[in-house]
This record gives sequence, C-alpha cells and structure tokens, in this order.
Amino acid sequence: MVTLRDIRDGHVPLSSDNAPMPPARSRVASVAAPIYLLLFPIPVVLFVAAVVTDVAYSASAFLMWLHFSQWLIAAGLAFGAVAAIALLVVVFASGANRVGTYGWSHLVLFYAALIIEVFNAFIHTADGWTAVVPIGVLLSIVGAICALAAVGTLFFMPIAWVSARGAPA
Amino acid sequence: MGVRTGGAGMKRHIALVVCLSLAACGTGQNIEKSTQYGPTPDIPEPSRTLLPQMKVADVVGWSGGDKPTVPQGFRIDAIATGLSSPRNIYALPNGDLLVIESKKDAPEPLERPKRPVMAWIEKKAHGGSGGERPSNRVLLLRHADSGGKPDTPTVLIDHLNSPFGVVLVGDTLYVADTDAILRFPFKVGQTSVDGPGEKVIDLPAGPINHHWTKSLTANADGSKLYVGVGSNSNAMERGIEAETNRAAIWEVDPASGAFKVFARGLRNPNGLTFYPGSSTLWAVVNERDELGPNLVPDYLTSVKPGAFYGWPYSYWGQHVDPRVRPQRSDLVKSAIAPDYGLSSHVAPLGLAFYTGNSFPSQFHGGAFVGEHGSWNRPEPNGYKLVFIRFENGRPVGDPMDFVTGFLEDGKAHGRPVGVAVDRTGALIVADDVGNTVWRVTAETKS
Repeated sequence: MVTLRDIRDGHVPLSSDNAPMPPARSRVASVAAPIYLLLFPIPVVLFVAAVVTDVAYSASAFLMWLHFSQWLIAAGLAFGAVAAIALLVVVFASGANRVGTYGWSHLVLFYAALIIEVFNAFIHTADGWTAVVPIGVLLSIVGAICALAAVGTLFFMPIAWVSARGAPA
Repeated sequence: MGVRTGGAGMKRHIALVVCLSLAACGTGQNIEKSTQYGPTPDIPEPSRTLLPQMKVADVVGWSGGDKPTVPQGFRIDAIATGLSSPRNIYALPNGDLLVIESKKDAPEPLERPKRPVMAWIEKKAHGGSGGERPSNRVLLLRHADSGGKPDTPTVLIDHLNSPFGVVLVGDTLYVADTDAILRFPFKVGQTSVDGPGEKVIDLPAGPINHHWTKSLTANADGSKLYVGVGSNSNAMERGIEAETNRAAIWEVDPASGAFKVFARGLRNPNGLTFYPGSSTLWAVVNERDELGPNLVPDYLTSVKPGAFYGWPYSYWGQHVDPRVRPQRSDLVKSAIAPDYGLSSHVAPLGLAFYTGNSFPSQFHGGAFVGEHGSWNRPEPNGYKLVFIRFENGRPVGDPMDFVTGFLEDGKAHGRPVGVAVDRTGALIVADDVGNTVWRVTAETKS
C-alpha cells in the first residue's frame, strides 16, 4: 500500500506497475523530462573523465592531459547547463511539492557539481601546472563526487520522477 | 518558502564572499608601478584571481585634429594617415622613411577552450585596425616638408608575410617576414624595388606563431644580422617542442644563411638596436602574463652574448615560474636579470636611441620606448612613448612620459609600436591601431 507520505518522500516502488496512477502532469514537464534524462549523464561522465586526465597530468606534467581536462570540463558544463535548465523546467512544471527528498537531493547535488565545475573551469585556464595542482584536481574530484552522488539518488526514487511516462513522486 | 528564499540569499552571500576572497588574493600586488622602474624592480609574489583581471581598451581611432600629447617645447604631427596597421618605422639616411604595415593573418590552433576567448581579446585590442585594406607591405614615405600636412606614401614592397623588422646594409635591404629574412637590392633614393626578394634564412613561424613580430638589426659592419624570435606561448603552455629556438635572439650570417642563438630566455624580444657607436645590442622584452597585475615587469636590456634570461623557467633572474613543469633548476641557476624594468604589462615593442641633434641635450644618447599598452591588468599601463636617459651607455633614472594621450577615458585612439629617429633628428612613431605615423619635432633647440 503506497501512502501519500511515501509518495511525498519519494518512497515509491521502482516498477510503474505497482505505482499509483500518476497524477496528471503538464505537457511541458513531459517534454522537458526526457530531455533531462538524455543530457544529465553526459556531464557526469565528462566530469569523472576530467578527474582521470587531471591525475594523469599531475603524474606526468604532459600538457595533452591538461588540454583534455579543459575540454572535458567545458563540454560537461555546456551539456550540464542545458540539463540544468531542463531539470528546472521539470520541477516547476510538475510542482515543487511533488519533488520529494531524493528529488531535491538530486537537484542540489547536480547543481553543486555544476557550480564547482564552473570554478574548476576557470582554475584550469592557468597556463600549466597551477591549473591542476593542487586546486584543480581537488575541485575535479569534489565535482565528480557530487555528480556521481546525484546519480546515486536515482537508486532511491523512481526514475519516473523525471520520465515522460511517470509523474513526480 | 520564506526560509528557502533566505537560504538562496545566504548562498548568494557565500558565493560573493568566496569571489571577494579570491579577488583579495590579488591585493598582495598592491604596489605602485613606479616601484618597478629601473634596475631593481619590486617583484611581488604571484597572485591569481578566479576571473582574470583585465581591461581591454576599445579602439576608437583619431578623429578630426586629435593628436597625442607631447611635452612643452615639442610638437607632434601626423605625417601619414589612413594606413593599415603600421607597426614599424625605419629611417633611411636620405630622410626617407620606411613604414612597415603588418598584421598577423593566420589564426592560432584551437588547442583548448581558452583560445577563442584570447582571440577575441586580441581582436578587440587591435580594433580591426585598417579594416580589410591591404597590409603586410613596406611603404616609402618621402617627407615633402609641406608644413605638417600628411605625406602620401608609395608602396615599396608588397605581398609580404607579416613583416616587422627591416635594416639597410649598403645597397641591400633586409626585411624580416614572420617566417623568413628576405634580401632586396635597394639604393637609397629609389622608390621601388624589383623582384620578389631572395630568402636569406627561414625563421620559426606557423602553425602556432604566437609572438610573430621579427625584429631585425645589423652590426656596424653589416656582417651579422640579429633577429628577435618571440616565444610560441605565454609560459610554455604549448610544450617545449613548440619553443625550439624561440624566445631568443638569433645571430645570422647573411652571406651563408647560417645562424646561431645569440641569447635565450627572452620571451618576446623587440626593438633590437645597437647602442650608437658601440657593439652592445639592446632590446625591449615583453614578459609573461597571468601572474598578477604587477608581474612580471617588462624590460629594456643590453643583450649579453650567450646569456639566458629565464623564460620560461624563471623571471627577472631566478624567480621560478610555478606554472612551468618540468622545472629546470639547472637552467634557472644560469639565468641573469635584465638591466632596466619598465613596469608590468606595458608591452614595449619599439626602441630607438636618440642619435639626432635637434632635441635638447638631455635626450642625446637616451632611449625612446614605444609601449603598446596592457590588457591584463585592471589599471591600463603603457599606451605611451617613454624616454629613458642614458649616461655612459647605461639607463639612469625613471622613464619619462614623452608621447601620451593614446588612451583617453579608457578608450584607445591609438597604440604606439615602432620608433625611429629620422635624419633631421625628429622622432617618428608608428601607431598601429590609430593607422597613423606621427612625427615629433623640437620647437626650440636648447
């Protein structure tokens, strides 16, 4: 039996078969949600990759790795910015009261990752070693952890929250 | 909801505090630029802000009868206007002037996201000077002595590849394109040269070609040429492979086309000139960026044969640049400090020793330096021509502002580059974004 509290707190089953009938959601949200799901993994992967290339640069001082990091972070931010807007649209179009604890955790962690990576992108513009060591690689690690944690929240709430089929839990 | 709004407001406050404290890291360099004049400039610790501190002056050009300002007792006139990025001047013994119009044509490779931003800044700083009018040529300017009216130049050599340095040795005119030194037969008084010129030696150029101006001079007997080859990067961020024989002054034997590196570690050496009556070569050097608004001082220096001046591993002697890896403490140990600081980011590109007689005696034997002007410090620096007095062949005292007014209310009318002294003792200044050649004369001889 799924209670209203469960729905509010995001504790709804992953299978949509057992889920309550999704409340009506706006057409806007049903367009924005799949766009978000499409874009959201891209910055996560790129930010994690930037950790790898930062570590490679720290270990080698070979400038190719620094250039890789700069492009990975920049591309992550480009896709991340569009994803962030899509996420905001989903939240507003669905109604903030239906986002739930894990939904808000997801949003906060993803936005935190983007903000950290904006700082990181500027740190990475330095011409050489100080672009990465020590602040750059540190921010890359923290940013990647936030991004991965945002992925982690999806284990605890229905993917339906942001999917076209379901509704915000 | 109110709480949430408060939280967002708090977050904004925190972000602001973080930004401010990051900006505050830069205040460690709060020093007067005058502390960086002369042989022992103040060298603060490197500082860094999250957002680069810069002020790129919009180029507005000269309108109407606007002119730069000169000290009392001097007058300044435009002797050629409507040019296309005139960057250098060379005075011929008969009074003719060579004006070198030059632009960097090829874009630098897109290696990292920063490049398009830098390209935009560079473009803004040059204000699209000269528009699409033809450039990259040597003009001959014969002064008609028509009482301050601009003269009409004729094209002496066309279709060059970003030329900068020229030097006349006997009946041979050497022109330093960005990728080669060329030789043209030329007798003083001629108004044209025949043929495309003959290559003396290739110089390091593309595909990056970051510092592209090749300054050129010859020793007294014309047996050797000296050419400045600037670095391919700010601080070796394109790798050491891109810097082969760059950030150096080459000594070239024009007869054989052979060269050797005469001095190294000079990030972007320009204005190569022998001190009059001596065998001492002098240059002005653009030092590195992005270590803060007051680092690193650009400088004027005599160039010691075989010496290493630090770039990229260290600056002003043995101050190690933290950005450059792998570090080379062996090379840093051999780095020598230059002679005379001009303060940071003034971008000196022109140097001429005063060899005339029409200026007052304090100017005789002193150095005029064309300071193209800064972009990467919040308070603009440079954008003027300074004079440095010399005694016994060495610079003394602080630089004195000589031609100013290129920058007004944060907007650039022009930017001085190459400098020369003509046969009459007048000072000639190339103004690349103002597309003008200026002539400074003394009103009264003292």
